[in-house]
Amino acid sequence: MAHDAQVAALPPLKEVVADFAADKQAFQVPWGKAMMWIFLLSDTFIFSCFLTAYMNVRMSTMVDWPNPSQVFALHMFGQDIPMVLIAIMTFVLITSSGTMALAVNYGYRRDRRRTVLFLCATAALGATFVGMQVFEWTKLIMEGVRPWENPWGAAQFGSSFFMITGFHGCHVTAGVIYLLITAKRVSSGFYDRKGSYETVEVAGLYWHFVDLVWVFIFAFFYLW
Amino acid sequence: MSQAQAQAQAQATEGHQQHPLSIYLWIWVLLFVLSAFSYMVDFFHLEGMLRWTLILLFMTLKAGFIVAIFMHMAWERLALKLAILMPPLCLLVLIGFMAIEGDYTFITRGTAFLR
Repeated sequence: MAHDAQVAALPPLKEVVADFAADKQAFQVPWGKAMMWIFLLSDTFIFSCFLTAYMNVRMSTMVDWPNPSQVFALHMFGQDIPMVLIAIMTFVLITSSGTMALAVNYGYRRDRRRTVLFLCATAALGATFVGMQVFEWTKLIMEGVRPWENPWGAAQFGSSFFMITGFHGCHVTAGVIYLLITAKRVSSGFYDRKGSYETVEVAGLYWHFVDLVWVFIFAFFYLW
Repeated sequence: MSQAQAQAQAQATEGHQQHPLSIYLWIWVLLFVLSAFSYMVDFFHLEGMLRWTLILLFMTLKAGFIVAIFMHMAWERLALKLAILMPPLCLLVLIGFMAIEGDYTFITRGTAFLR
């Protein structure tokens, strides 16, 4: 512990060198958190590859790219409202990120009831998001969007759309299952017996990452 | 300041990330506002450079707040921050190459298929 105190007093860059330089634990966090971060880093690369591929096909096509504002419009209240479903999905996902942050916070306060409550709320919002995505996919497929063609313009629109939103939707679905398992373990007192609620924070990292990816998809695919 | 630093380091070594609820609620509100702003960009049909700048600005701010506050990166040690946040910079090279390649394909298609 005296050693830790010594390391802690170093200036930032020397601290990095000291943390990496010896045959010892590099990251002063629970191993589950370090591994989740490394997994999320690899996932960052996967989603970036999809988005970069999308940029590449969108730049190289000779045909006009379909206008997302019109493609994703919904006919409501007697008029076409642009992207209303996507906007609602965005707000649902941000809300779920907020409830997740609260679940992590209440976990560290050892408030089991509220932790379970907010974890379940997060999972429910995630399931809502996936449900809305299913609706959006169904609508587009009925309108004739396929990975190889669509009625409005560049054929690459369909493949990019299904690939990117499909992969993200799988992440949300997996996250909902992950959160429900975590909620069950919190309610059974598993983490009290273990003596640590870090697992809830690690689940939170995954969930916030799913929200983070949506920020980029929303910006590049829907708004650009 | 040194007291706050010591506190933060004690939390980090314990692996604990306990922060006041108010900070989460503020960031939550901020994310809502920023999302509303990005939606407005589309709703008011802003075009060209202004549109792209605003989209990137709101996107970066939202992503930054999620990573820093919700994912607690702001309170982690610099070693973890560097290990996680530096590698994605390689992606800038990929994006640059793919942009050049996309441009080249576009020009090639133009000369091959259009006359």
